Amino acid sequence: MTVQPGAITLDIINMAEANGLFYPPDPGSMKSSTIGGNISENSGGLRGLKYGVTRDYVMGLEIVLANGDIIRTGGKLAKDVAGYDLTRLYVGAEGTLGIITEAILKLVPKPETKKTMLALYEDLEAAARTVSKIIANRIIPATLEFLDQPTIAAVEDYVKIGLPTEAKAVLLIEQDGSPEQVDRDILKIEEICKSEQAVSVQVAKTTEEAEALTTARRWALSAIARIKPTTILEDATVPRSEIARMVRAINEIGAKYNLQICTFGHSGDGNLHPTVPTDARNREEMERVEKAFEEIFIKAVEFGGTITGEHGVGVMKAPYLELKLGEAGIAAMKAIKAGLDPNNIMNPGKMFAKDTRKRVVVGK
Amino acid sequence: MTTVQEQQTIQTEFKNRMNEDELLNCMRCGFCLPSCPTYIESGFKESHSPRGRIALMKAVVDGLIEPDEDFEKSLNQCLGCRACEPVCPSGVNYGHLLEEARDIINQNKKHSLPVRTVRKVVFDGLFPHQNRMRTAMGLLGFYQRSGLQKVARGTGIMKLFPESLATMERVLPKVPSMKEMKNRPEFLPAEAPKTKRVAFFTGCLMDTMFLETNNATMKLLQLAGCEIVIPKGQNCCGALHGHSGEKSGSKDLARKNIQAFEDLDVDYIITNAGGCGAFLVDYDHLLKDDPVWKDRAIDFKNKIKDITQILYEVDFHKKVKLELPYQIVTYQDSCHLRNVMKTAAAPRALLQAIEGADYKEMKDADRCCGSAGIYNIVESEMSMQILDYKMEQTKATHATTVVSANPGCLLQMKLGIEREGLSDKMRAVHIVDLLQEAVK
Ligand SMILES: Cc1cc2nc3c(=O)[nH]c(=O)nc-3n(C[C@H](O)[C@H](O)[C@H](O)COP(=O)(O)OP(=O)(O)OC[C@H]3O[C@@H](n4cnc5c(N)ncnc54)[C@H](O)[C@@H]3O)c2cc1C
Ligand code: SF4
Ligand code: SF4
Repeated sequence: MTVQPGAITLDIINMAEANGLFYPPDPGSMKSSTIGGNISENSGGLRGLKYGVTRDYVMGLEIVLANGDIIRTGGKLAKDVAGYDLTRLYVGAEGTLGIITEAILKLVPKPETKKTMLALYEDLEAAARTVSKIIANRIIPATLEFLDQPTIAAVEDYVKIGLPTEAKAVLLIEQDGSPEQVDRDILKIEEICKSEQAVSVQVAKTTEEAEALTTARRWALSAIARIKPTTILEDATVPRSEIARMVRAINEIGAKYNLQICTFGHSGDGNLHPTVPTDARNREEMERVEKAFEEIFIKAVEFGGTITGEHGVGVMKAPYLELKLGEAGIAAMKAIKAGLDPNNIMNPGKMFAKDTRKRVVVGK
Repeated sequence: MTTVQEQQTIQTEFKNRMNEDELLNCMRCGFCLPSCPTYIESGFKESHSPRGRIALMKAVVDGLIEPDEDFEKSLNQCLGCRACEPVCPSGVNYGHLLEEARDIINQNKKHSLPVRTVRKVVFDGLFPHQNRMRTAMGLLGFYQRSGLQKVARGTGIMKLFPESLATMERVLPKVPSMKEMKNRPEFLPAEAPKTKRVAFFTGCLMDTMFLETNNATMKLLQLAGCEIVIPKGQNCCGALHGHSGEKSGSKDLARKNIQAFEDLDVDYIITNAGGCGAFLVDYDHLLKDDPVWKDRAIDFKNKIKDITQILYEVDFHKKVKLELPYQIVTYQDSCHLRNVMKTAAAPRALLQAIEGADYKEMKDADRCCGSAGIYNIVESEMSMQILDYKMEQTKATHATTVVSANPGCLLQMKLGIEREGLSDKMRAVHIVDLLQEAVK
């Protein structure tokens, strides 16, 4: 599909599906985000574990460079190794290297059917083990989402759907594909959940039931956002095997700085969203939030992860980029930036910070 | 024009009066953008989106920008439809922010003399006085019946008005006679085994221009087994004031209404205009800083219910046979009924229960029709653009009957039908009138 950069993500998804095809990247913001923004941030989504992220669906781009030249990268060919892979360079470039004016997207066949299930745990590690075991059993679910205890409590407090607020973790799992394969996978996943002492496992029988099961995940952000005026959401990401350790580390950091941190996210790919409800006017608390996030980022990198899984670096996380890339990594990227945008007119101030390690959340 | 000095006062007032918690509560996620009609119709301009308007209000509070013409324009173009509220994950009460902002601007700005005069007449002289409303409507009725209307249309004098206003003049319903408007009942018994005792909020416009709809409303309530009290002391709900930056006027009206309905010993207070109902359920917010009235306002608001909701709840559509000659029917949500009173399923269920009515849901039925109080007159261009989209969706259903549950929306849909030249094929009716028609 060839699209203009301002096309809304959900419109693209609907257009593909109306033609029996499928555009998998489904960021939480898809109702309002544009494909130009998605490409520039290399957005992921709930279906990322099985289907990959935006990068995996961009085949070619038209770009206006800083000097006014217009270039075309890639195209509709499945194989094409003529020169550098500029398409990949521009995916996730955050608008710092040029302006995308058109994109060719890859579509895949639409899965025949989908099933949804929800598992509750009293033990965080058990939930993490479930995730590993599912993958070890050669099943890649379309969705594998996770909510921690503070998030569950916040959701229950807000939507009152009968979640046990003392549960330590919730996993929302979806599989899609042919009916036989979906049934087989779901059955197997159910077995795995039970073998890991899930306290309850529900499989939806109808679309309405499936909707109901996804309620908790869908309302997670709303529920947390309503606790206090300011909501700060980050997306530290770790290898799948480190999820439990990371969540525990986040909770410890929260306790240390006396902050309420709710964590939810895409457990299948280790992409977590530690979220802090706070108040931007409370300077003293904001300083603590700042320090807590710095520690979270350091921990994530220590566990072999990254400072951002899908939201990008932008301005806020620019000071932390070096944590992940090292000096040489930054230098290489700056060389590319200088070559393509010598006058620094494309999104100046994004990605590269003037000085390192300061200010995630406290502005000016 | 706003003078520099006025801008300064407005800025100070913003700092003092705007609810900062609410402003900060917006996390700028953009979930509200796809549901904002002005954002869509302006060609996706951030300054015409809910998120943009909140950011502008906050920037004024923070002293980052001055409340200049552009700022006012952004707020003026807002429909106040509140479609941005149910979709907001943070639960930002946008409507309250807008009302406060408009009030600050209006109270601190010197309007030009003609505008001032009109505002004075409308807000102080007319709407708060039901007897004067009757007189004004009586004049309109005289205009319609006396032949003056024909003369006016014949001389082309209507061409001097904005196009929408001129068309509006053609679609206004026939106003009842003075006598009909004066002799209103104060009590009506149930006409089926009595299940509820309710009070009826008649509304200023509804009890004059839309008198027939009020009569139908009461008839349906009686058939549904409700005993009805219609207290004399009630008044205009104050929505028009509230939405136009005349907050203190709307507070006076609120107090009068609360008093009028307080000691009636009723289960509910019924409204048949989404716009009024939504304003009534917000009385507790309006009077939140008034220690004497705060709790009384809460008691009042808890009783407010739309006519469609109560009919649905008492199974009116199952108990009374409803039948019409075959016709395709579609429903246009009243924004305030849907987004503020959260009533959307009941009217649809009632329509679907009518035998012979082939119900077709239109695309984006929940999107504003562009009526929005006096918006269609003061922001005519944007309003007509929004209406054009609405008519496209209406036509796509092939409906011959377009149903609404609010007088403003009803007039706007009539206007749309007239503008499309479809008056011989399509009609717009209030849901209550259609139900009455369907009662066997
Ligand atoms: C509530 C919420 C939920 C989210 N959920 C997810 C999620 O699940 N997964 C995920 O990955 N992200 C998520 N995000 C992050 C964000 O939505 C995505 O990064 C999205 O792709 C941004 O798209 P946009 O159109 O809003 O871009 P914008 O915010 O407008 O732009 C993003 C950046 O791209 C640049 N840019 C935009 N268009 C172009 C262009 N044509 N050429 C060059 N540069 C351009 C801009 O300058 C800017 O720097 C979420 C965000 C929110 C607010
Ligand atoms: S949806 Fe709510 S929080 Fe998000 S931008 Fe709109 S008003 Fe702000
Ligand atoms: S009230 Fe309506 S027009 Fe105004 S910002 Fe909200 S959605 Fe847009």
